Amino acid sequence: MSTTAPDTAARTRVTPAGRSGEAVVTGIGILAPGGTDTEEVWASVLAGRSAIGPLTRFTPTGPARLVGTVPDETFTAAVPSRIRAQTDRWTQMALVAAEAALHDAGLDDPGQGPYDPYDMAVITASGSGGTEFGQRELARLWTEGPGRVSVYQSIAWFYAATTGQLSIRHALQGPCSVLVADQAGGLDALAAARRALRTGTALVVTGGTEAPLSPYALTCLDADGSVSHRTDPARAYLPFHEDACGYVPGEGGAFLVTEDAAAARARRAPRVYGRLAGHAATFDGPGEPKGSGLAAAALGALRDARVEPAGVDVVFADAAGDRVRDTAESRVLAELFGPHAVPVTAPKTLLGRLNAGAGALDAALALLALRDGVVPPTALPTAPSPEHPIDLVVGRPRAAELRTALVLARGAGGFNSALVLTRDRLPPHRT
Amino acid sequence: MNRRRAVITGLGVVAPGGAGTKEFWSLLSEGRTATRPISLFDASGFRSRIAAECDFDAEAEGLTADEIRTLDRAAQFAVVCAERARADSGLDGAVTDPHRFGVSLGTAVGASTGLEAGYVALSRRGRDWVTGVASELPQLRDHLVPSSFAAEVARRSGAQGPVTTVSTGCTSGLDAVGHAVALIEEGSADVMLAGATDAPITPITVACFDSIKATTPDNDDPAHASRPFDRHRRGFVLGEGAAVFVVEEHGRALRRHARVYAEVSGFATRCNAYHMTGLRPDGRELAEAARTALDRARTDATAVDYVNAHGSGTRQNDRHETAALKRALGSHAYDVPVSSVKSMIGHSLGAIGSLEIAACVLALAHQVVPPTANLRTADPECDLDYVPVTAREARLDTVLTVGSGFGGFQSAMVLARPGRAA
Repeated sequence: MSTTAPDTAARTRVTPAGRSGEAVVTGIGILAPGGTDTEEVWASVLAGRSAIGPLTRFTPTGPARLVGTVPDETFTAAVPSRIRAQTDRWTQMALVAAEAALHDAGLDDPGQGPYDPYDMAVITASGSGGTEFGQRELARLWTEGPGRVSVYQSIAWFYAATTGQLSIRHALQGPCSVLVADQAGGLDALAAARRALRTGTALVVTGGTEAPLSPYALTCLDADGSVSHRTDPARAYLPFHEDACGYVPGEGGAFLVTEDAAAARARRAPRVYGRLAGHAATFDGPGEPKGSGLAAAALGALRDARVEPAGVDVVFADAAGDRVRDTAESRVLAELFGPHAVPVTAPKTLLGRLNAGAGALDAALALLALRDGVVPPTALPTAPSPEHPIDLVVGRPRAAELRTALVLARGAGGFNSALVLTRDRLPPHRT
Repeated sequence: MNRRRAVITGLGVVAPGGAGTKEFWSLLSEGRTATRPISLFDASGFRSRIAAECDFDAEAEGLTADEIRTLDRAAQFAVVCAERARADSGLDGAVTDPHRFGVSLGTAVGASTGLEAGYVALSRRGRDWVTGVASELPQLRDHLVPSSFAAEVARRSGAQGPVTTVSTGCTSGLDAVGHAVALIEEGSADVMLAGATDAPITPITVACFDSIKATTPDNDDPAHASRPFDRHRRGFVLGEGAAVFVVEEHGRALRRHARVYAEVSGFATRCNAYHMTGLRPDGRELAEAARTALDRARTDATAVDYVNAHGSGTRQNDRHETAALKRALGSHAYDVPVSSVKSMIGHSLGAIGSLEIAACVLALAHQVVPPTANLRTADPECDLDYVPVTAREARLDTVLTVGSGFGGFQSAMVLARPGRAA
């Protein structure tokens, strides 16, 4: 019998003094259609280059033909073959994006300090899970029998696979989690990261990816008829436009390194992009979508951030690409800010809607917009419909002094989430 | 001290071995087992052919034919449990601001039942890689992303506050309730429907545990196949079910004179960052989660009156967990009763954490420790008091429930009898 007293080794660790309770973003890693890394995707978005194109991963028989694809060569080689064999594409993208975010934050090997592993966590948004891996094993089971199912099926298909792999890879042993709220979940995960930072965790790797371009996942995604069936990439995903016709799904996403502001300062983090200043999540009541749930989320996030509507410099819209839902969103924005009062944009028109990957991607693009003082454009072939009383930034980027961004997301079923990002009150961190 | 506290004021259970909460508790307190040959599909070609199934009659539960056709089995469990929890708490009669009312629902494998059925139908039983249109199966969009479970519960209950699904594998049922508690403590919500559901007794999920030999091959004697902490344990027995709670801000519950089952006084989760399925033998991270949960509950380890173990019945888990409890509780680990209800209701993946919270809540209410069924032969590596075979009356004020799962998740929750909490 070896044990007599509780092990207190971990409890006596030094907690960094003077935590601020403020969550700042110190690293960004984007893996999305349109480029091989964060800056390439950002440049592509600013240039207004559309990454939407034909589905190439298989020859579809269904009506959905256009997608936003992340080329294999941008991530597969970066994943060790042992890990590749036991993970789905969705997790592989996350491994690469999270590694880029950590590198950007100057923490290539977080297991080497300065934080205790229990003070670091990973919180992801999950959507459809490991769909391609899962379909392959379903096919094996039903054609060859149960004895042929991969030993990795149980750890590749389920929604927690990405968080588990990231935790192992980077020694992140704190309060890890996985939230699922369809497209809104991406922002909820960032909010959960902020919550963890406020309750003692020093660093949270957070974000999400999605890889729904396998045959069965795409079949499921389109089962409710919300996916665009157009074949002209320039006219396939047209939010706030009179020709709105559904959305184009995409794969990929983004990861952020979020840290307690004081802890980041103490370790001399190379840069701070901004602060997760406010968040709120709501669920639609009866009679939606009129937008009252989305309005409540937006107002709640602003209140949480102690920001007046007039203090918002740019809105990253959910941009459903559906006439009813677009009308609900534009009405919410016009009522909150006044008609045409604040620039609104939807760069996802260039990349596709990435579901669980979308929240972190939009947040990452918003932080880059704050950094560079430029609103990235929305891709539309002609002017948006005048029935939407919003100042949609179309075609070309717009230079502007940006301090505060509002990011909106809605998920199938009635989820609404809103996040306020600011670059205010930040000490100089550049080294 | 103005810390907002979260209490459980209602519960709803769908579990193997009986229709509702009463049947659930009699099964556990009588030490009966609900494990049996799989009847939900023809499992004859599989390694593990037994499970703990729910005799769930959706029609008798008031679901319409259309709902039965379109809602995944796990979603059906969840909506039934949520209704029961609301009724049990008297929440329907109480004024609830819908914007302060949310849902946090855990699941490990989501709508895998519905997804597999849809796949079989659309792929000519797996022969076609490219599946076409699913115009006859619009529910597949909901099946694809398991937030549809939380959405369905929210829609039916009128919740318009924060709504989410928590999917952390086999700790989902603890983590979803922990998430709800965090939202209440920080002030984002006053009332949450929180719990977890899973319906994993399907060919694909049985096969994926077969392939790694995590489930038991003891098919000949199903009633005695789940043997946590027994020297002859050979793996877990798959289960299914759901439990949902009304979790409420303490002051609000008092003001409306709600019956308080228990306070969720502490919760913590940690990751082992070690292996997706393997566990470090020393149980360090599970111990850390348990200790942190106790710290948050401002509870000394020696005050723990009962530990509801993860106790899955795999060789490595039960050893790992025994080490973790010794690490977390010190010599008190040898004094406190520890038991695994998985011996009776199997391991329902994400749901089990919430079913185990329900077991703890009922143990506190009845002042009875449920036993570990089928524990006949002591294992020298598992040398704690696992309450073998027979339930035990005990004074219970504070209980600890722990969970461990694929991905390395280790979670712990402290529940306190009302009036006893700090």
